Amino acid sequence: MSTGSPGAAANGKQSLDVGRIRKDFPILDRTVRGGRPLVYLDSANTSQKPRQVIDTLTEFYERHNANIHRATHELGEEATEAYEGARLKAARFIGAADETEVIFTKNVSEAINLVAYSFGNATALSGPLALRDGDEIVITEMEHHSNLVPWQLLCERTGARLRWFSVTEDGRLDLSQAGELINPRTRLVALAHQSNVLGTINPVQDIVARAHAAGALVLVDAAQSVPHGRVDVADLGADFVGFTGHKMCGPTGIGVLWARRELLAEMPPFLGGGEMIESVRMERSTFAPPPHKFEAGTMPIAQAVGLGAAIDYLTDVGLDGIREHEHELLRHALPALAEIEGLRILGPTAPENRGSAISFTLDGIHPHDLSQVLDDRGVAVRAGHHCAWPLHRALGIQASTRASFYLYNTHAEVDALVEGIRHAKRFFGG
Amino acid sequence: MLLESMYQEIILDHYRNPHHKGLRDPYDAQVYHVNPTCGDEVTLRVTLKDVGGEQVVDDVSYESLGCSISQASASVMTDLVIGKPVSEAMKIGDAFLALMQSKGQARSEPDEDLLEDALAFAGVSKYPARIKCALLSWMAWKDATARALAETDGGQA
Repeated sequence: MSTGSPGAAANGKQSLDVGRIRKDFPILDRTVRGGRPLVYLDSANTSQKPRQVIDTLTEFYERHNANIHRATHELGEEATEAYEGARLKAARFIGAADETEVIFTKNVSEAINLVAYSFGNATALSGPLALRDGDEIVITEMEHHSNLVPWQLLCERTGARLRWFSVTEDGRLDLSQAGELINPRTRLVALAHQSNVLGTINPVQDIVARAHAAGALVLVDAAQSVPHGRVDVADLGADFVGFTGHKMCGPTGIGVLWARRELLAEMPPFLGGGEMIESVRMERSTFAPPPHKFEAGTMPIAQAVGLGAAIDYLTDVGLDGIREHEHELLRHALPALAEIEGLRILGPTAPENRGSAISFTLDGIHPHDLSQVLDDRGVAVRAGHHCAWPLHRALGIQASTRASFYLYNTHAEVDALVEGIRHAKRFFGG
Repeated sequence: MLLESMYQEIILDHYRNPHHKGLRDPYDAQVYHVNPTCGDEVTLRVTLKDVGGEQVVDDVSYESLGCSISQASASVMTDLVIGKPVSEAMKIGDAFLALMQSKGQARSEPDEDLLEDALAFAGVSKYPARIKCALLSWMAWKDATARALAETDGGQA
C-alpha cells in the first residue's frame, strides 16, 4: 500500500496535493480524440482507479488466486484472508458494529434488490418481515432507477403501495409531505443520501427519526456519498445502507450492503446456491449465518480485495480533505457555470451542503450535442437522464448534462468545462 | 475536425428548420418510440395510399424531442420517404441502416442517389453512442408503416 499521505496537511485546512494524487491515476495521462488531454468529469458515473488498486488486483491474481472458504490449501487461506480482510476494512470504513453486517454484492442495484427480494420472500413465507395488505413503501422522486424499480417490482409482487416524496423547484425533498407520507402503514422508506443528478444531500437523520417513530425501516442509497466524505452508518441511523466500489476508486463488480445484524438474521435469503448454506437435503436446506447467507456462489473475490485497497487509498488521502477539495471545486464551478447565458443549474446553486455533481441545461443545445462538443475537446461528462428519468420529468426537462468531480480534478479542468460550453454555444450559433 | 464531420451544415440546417414536423390527421398508424439511454422521443404518424395497386407513403408527420442528430434525421427521413412507394422507401431505410452500421468505413460507396441528404450522417456512424439518435425516427417510421400495412391487409382480407 502507498506510503505517506498525499492528503491534507496537518492543519486539515489545506487542500489536497492534487498533482501528487493525479500521478496515482495512470489513465489521467492518456489523451483522447486525437491528442487532447483527458479531462475526466464523469466520476459520479464511475471513478478512475489509482495504481494502488490496479496493483492489488494484479497481485491477487498473480500471487494469491484461489476460491475462498472452501479451499484446503495455502492459496485458499490467503485468498480467504484477503477477501475477509476487505470485509473488515469496509466495516470499519462505514462504522459498522462488526464485519458480519457487511454483505458483498456486485453493486448498489444488487444490494437494494437483495433487500427488496428478501422482503418479497418474507411475504411469501409469512416471515417476520412480511408485507401485508395496505402496507406502504416510501421513496422519493429524485431516486436513481436502482432505488426505484426494485420497489415498484416488490409492490407488484406483494400488493404493497408505492408512495414518494416530490422534489421542490430548488431540488430538495418536499418535507412538508413527511407527516402524511410516513405513517403507521409505512414499512420501509428508501432514499438517496446524495442525489446523483442534483448533488442534493438529503436529511437522512430527520427521515430516519420520523420513519422509526412510525415503526418503519429505512434504506439509504449511499452510492454518491460514501466515495466523497465520511459516512458513518451509526450516525445515519438507517437500517440498510448500500454503496458501490467502482464509484470510490475500486473495481467494478463489487458493492456493499450494510444492514443491522438483527435484520440480517430475520431476512430470508435472496440468491440460493453454494456457500450460503448450513445444511442441504433434497427436500430443504438451512442457511449459513449472515453475511454468508447472502453471498451465494463464488463471489467477485479479487474485486472485493480491490475495494479494500480503494478504501485504504481513500483513507490515506483523507476523506475530509477530499470533501474540502470538492467543495473548493464547487465554489469555483457553480458561479462560473451560472455566468453562462442560458445555463440553468439543476438543484442547489450554492456550494453549501451539496455534493459535487452538477447537472445543468443549456438553452437551445441538447445535452447530447453539448457533450459531443465537450468530448471533442477531451472533456468527458454525462448527458441524458442519468438513470433518474422521473426526476427529470418532475423538473420539466427531458435530459441534462452532468459534470461530476472527484479528488483528482483541478480548477483548470473546471475552466476547460466552462470554456467548452462557451465553445459549444458558438459552434451551434447559440 | 471530427466534430465538423458529424455536425455537417446539412444536419444543422435540418435541425434548425425541420421539414414536415407536427402531427397531422388523418393517419393510418401512430407509434411512440423512445431512446432509453437519453430519453429522446418521437411520436410518428404514417398515412399510406393505394396508387395503382401499390402502397405509397402519402404522409409522415411527427412530434419529437431530442438532440440535433435525432431531429435532423427525422426531417431528412420524411423528405426521403414521402411520396415514394413503400417498397422503395424501405430500401432507403435499409441503406441508411447500413450506413449507420458502417462505423465510418462502408465496404462499398453509399448510394448517393438513394440517400441524398441522409449521406451527411456518415460521420455520425463513427460515434457508437449517437447511432441510435440517427436511427430513432427511421425505426419509428418502419414500425408505423408495418402497422399501417397490416391494417390495410386486414381491411382487404
